[in-house]
Formats: sequence, C-alpha cells, structure tokens
Amino acid sequence: MLWGWERYSITPSPFPEWATLRIERGAKEKNHPLYKPYVNGIIAKEPTSLEEEIKEIRRSGSSKALDTPEFELSDIFYFCRKGIETIMDDEVTKRFSAEELESWNLLSRTNYNFQYISLRLTVLWGLGVLIRYCFLLPLRIALAFTGISLLVVGTTVVGYLPNGRWKEFLSKHVHLMCYRICVRALTAIITYHDQENRPQNGGICVANHTSPIDVIILASDGYYAMVGQIHGGLMGVIQRAVVKACPHVWFERSEVKDRHLVAKRLTEHVQDKSKLPILIFPEGTCINNTSVMMFKKGSFEIGATVYPVAIKYDPQFGDAFWNSSKYGMVTYLLRMMTSWAIVCSVWYLPPMTRQPEEDAVQFANRVKSAIARQGGLVDLLWDGGLKREKVKDTFKEEQQKLYSKTIVGNHEDRSRS
Amino acid sequence: MGCQSSHPSAIPELDEIMLETGFSQASVVRLYDRFQALDKEQKGYLSKYDLQGIGELAVNPLGDRIINAFFKEGEDLTDFRSFIRVLAHFRPVEEGKSNETGRPEPMNSRLRKLQFAFQLYDQDSDGKISRDEMLQVLRLMVGIQVTDEQLVCIAERTIQEADQDGDGAISFEEFATSVEKLNVEQRMSLRLLK
Repeated sequence: MLWGWERYSITPSPFPEWATLRIERGAKEKNHPLYKPYVNGIIAKEPTSLEEEIKEIRRSGSSKALDTPEFELSDIFYFCRKGIETIMDDEVTKRFSAEELESWNLLSRTNYNFQYISLRLTVLWGLGVLIRYCFLLPLRIALAFTGISLLVVGTTVVGYLPNGRWKEFLSKHVHLMCYRICVRALTAIITYHDQENRPQNGGICVANHTSPIDVIILASDGYYAMVGQIHGGLMGVIQRAVVKACPHVWFERSEVKDRHLVAKRLTEHVQDKSKLPILIFPEGTCINNTSVMMFKKGSFEIGATVYPVAIKYDPQFGDAFWNSSKYGMVTYLLRMMTSWAIVCSVWYLPPMTRQPEEDAVQFANRVKSAIARQGGLVDLLWDGGLKREKVKDTFKEEQQKLYSKTIVGNHEDRSRS
Repeated sequence: MGCQSSHPSAIPELDEIMLETGFSQASVVRLYDRFQALDKEQKGYLSKYDLQGIGELAVNPLGDRIINAFFKEGEDLTDFRSFIRVLAHFRPVEEGKSNETGRPEPMNSRLRKLQFAFQLYDQDSDGKISRDEMLQVLRLMVGIQVTDEQLVCIAERTIQEADQDGDGAISFEEFATSVEKLNVEQRMSLRLLK
C-alpha cells in the first residue's frame, strides 16, 4: 500500500531558512520591531536551590555569623521573586499552546510577523495557500472519507463472522488497511524506529500524547485494543463499529470516573495473554510535544509488561498539537489537512516491568523519563490536568519543609534569648 | 489566526505603559502575550482564579499573598495595565541612572521594591508589621513543620532586633534599615530575555 515517493526520507527544505531571513531583512529595512520567538522561556533564570539562595541573601544582608539557622526579614525576598517569576513564565502553561518555531514554514498560522514584507515572499506564500487548499485538501478529504467508511463497513461485516482465526485475521487487516488510508489522508510521513520492540499480546503500550492523530499513527503499524470513552456523533459510530470486530475497551461516560472499574476491566483484558496489547496515553490530555507530563499511575498498577513508545512530531511541516480549548475536533482536522504534511518519528522502546522495590508512581516516572529521553522532550513532574484542577498540597509542604530547616535547623528548638 | 503573538497596535495604552513602567516595547508585547495566555477565557481581565491555576505559584508558600498584590482592595479582576504595573517593580535597575529630583520615583527603584516586599508582611496596610502579622507570615512559610512556641520565639526575636523606637512593631523605615546592606535591586529583579 505504500506509494513510491513516500519511501524517500524528507530532507530539510531550504525554504524556511530563506523565508525567515527575508522577513528579518524586510523588517529591518522598514524599521518594524521584530518579534523573536523565545524558545527557552522569557526570563533569565538562575538554577539555584532554596537553601542556597536564602543563604546568599542572608550573607549579603547582615554581618552576623552564618550557619546558624535563623529567620531574617529578608527571607521574604526569595519567595517574592520566585512567585513573580512564575507569574511571568512557568513551565506548564506554555506546554498547552503550540510550539514556537525559529524559522517560518510558509504557513501564516505560525508567523508572528505576518505583515506585507516583500512581493516575492507574498507570492510564494499565496502559491502555498493555493496548493494546500485547492489541491491537497480535496484529495485528503476524499481519502479520509474512504478510510473511515471502509473502517466502519469493514469491521461491521467482519463482526458477523463466527469467532475464530479467520475473523481475527480479517479484522487485523481491515484495521491496518483503513488506518493506513487515514495516514495518507493526513499525509503523515512516519519513521518507525526499533520495530523489533513492538508491543506484544498481553501487554500495555504507553505513549506521550500530542493529538488524536497519535492513535492513527500507532494503529497503522500495529494491531491494538483501544481504551477510551464512548463519544457521540461520528466518533461514536466508528467506536461501535470497530468493537464488533475486535475487543476494544470502551467505557460509558459515567464509568470513566470509577477508577476501580476501569482498573478491573483493564486487568481482565491483559491477563488473557491472547488479547491484543492495549494502547493508553497516561498523560490524560494533549501536550504540545515539547515535554512529557505526569503519567497517571492507573495503567502501571495492573502488573502487565509496559511497552513505552515515544512520538515526536517535526513542527517544520505542520504543528500537530491539538489545543482543545482553542479548536474543536473538526477545525483541528481541517488545519491538519491544510498543512504541508505531518512528519513524525516513532521509537519503540524496550519493554519494562515493575521492579519489586518500586511502587506504581516510581515505575510510571521511570517509563516517563525513558520516553522523554528518547524523544528529546522535557521531563516534567507536573500533572497535565493542572490546567483544569488545582495542584496537590504535598508539593507546597516540600517547600515549607526545606524552608523550615533554614530557620530552625534539623534539631529541636534551642532557646536563643 | 496565528499562535499567541500580539501586534503592538493591539495593546491598549501602549505608550503610557512604556512611559510608566520603563519596559521596552518588546517586553510589553511579551508580557501582553503572557497576560493573554493566563486569561484562558479571553475575558480581557485576569481573575484570582486564573493566577491560582499556575502550578508553580500554588506551591509557593506566599503564593496567595503575591496574587493579592495584583488586585485592588475588594476587587476580583485586574486589567493588563495594573498587571504590568506590579511586574514593573521587578524590572532590573539600569546602571548609571541618577535619581533626578522632581521626577516621579521609578517603579523599579529600591524603595518601590522594598515597599512591595513590605506589603506582603503588612496585610492591614497600617504601615507597621505587628507581632501577629509576623507570625502569620512565618506560619505560611513553614506550614506545619514548626511548633507555635518556636515561631513565637522567632517572631519576638526578629521584632526585638529590628524595632528601634520600641513600639513592638516594625515600621517601614525599620524594615528598610534592617536590610540596608542587602543588594535589594538584584534580589528583587527579573531580567527579561531580549
């Protein structure tokens, strides 16, 4: 099913560099202030710990002897500055908006300095729009339509077959074929690495989550059982159809909140070694592909072998991040289909199991670090659900513990008066 | 259309803000983007809830007090101008700028930075840090890690050391004197990357 031209790898195109230089030159000529993307945050940060900074403040502020734990009025400056620093720039908020690129990829949606700069550039951009909207888009929509209809019809038909080897064989190939058509519909150019580590039956496949397209990308290279909530509309139709051919694990909206029920059904599934590997995204929400956030421990408590997968998109050709608060699903898919292409790399990491001395949370963090390392992403401890909920008090207690040591030390109180 | 960038013409009162705060245009644009990123519902204002949603701020023991500094008494919403006014206190002090008499005190001067820190202690804004206010701040910073007796001991000793006129509370001048050797300009500054 592979078309010839996709066998060639994408070489970095010279256009983005040229376009960016042209914009910079044009802005200088016209004296426009240029907006430069801050890839590393907007504040110059010094990576010092709480103890070090408080000691430094006290050292420079008073002439008293040091190293005795004592409270100083100036201690407040540390917390004050830290607080304002996070208001100006924090690690989490920026993970929920699309990544900023250093050079322009001829899509106006990623250009911050979009003003008329030169005729040549505008013509090139206009040509790009023409190609993307009038040529590529209809082609892709046609493919998507074909893919989805085939999936629904195919799996329903297969569902009528009696359970057995034939049903499994046909189901697998119907799934794979339809997902591959959808991959073409998005012009997703995927490079799979280390395919010998592909998830096996009875295991759980975990991956970092950037967009709903992640599912299509992984499912076009392997046969998985999906886990998720039943939706209405077109998604619901697809879900109800595919579960006839293959035992996916769908939950009603009310059941999703019941963690024990979810855990029970997942455990039942993995204990049957003949069942397909489950595909799970433990972050629970879409992140912008520059970092990996806290993995929810539920999938790591079940005791199955975990097959980590790292997915990294190349933003040069089209940003795949789904900002669900900004765009609905349909708008998002249209944006995907009017980009140049979706280019990504998928790494299958070697399987991991929970060690006896680890608990579920430590195991989850270990898997998360492995995925972050492979994909070149920042490994964050924060919960992606933070954008909706409040943070736990345990983190604040840690700060308070650290600070208490600097004013009363590690021993019991010694009277000082 | 576009990601999160704003065009300078989209920012209200840009020139007044630049004059008042001393930020460069690029910095104001950058902070305006930040304001909009925090304002998730696109209200044009920030509420306390929006700021409380910043995880790293919620774990700061003085987080709530810092948030309150952005809002006027009794109000629950702040606009961009008020937001950037508070941040202006933390602009680094430029080298070699003399304090010209007759001009209003710049927002990022040593005095203003000290006043900002002082107000975190002095919640009732009576110009003094009383023993109770000192205890409150200490309790916030240590949580449950330290007993009441120890904290009272620390609070009383601190007031004793700083109090010069013997009224049992620390006034702003006494506060400023106690930290006069400290490089406040550096400790209370955040440098925006160009």
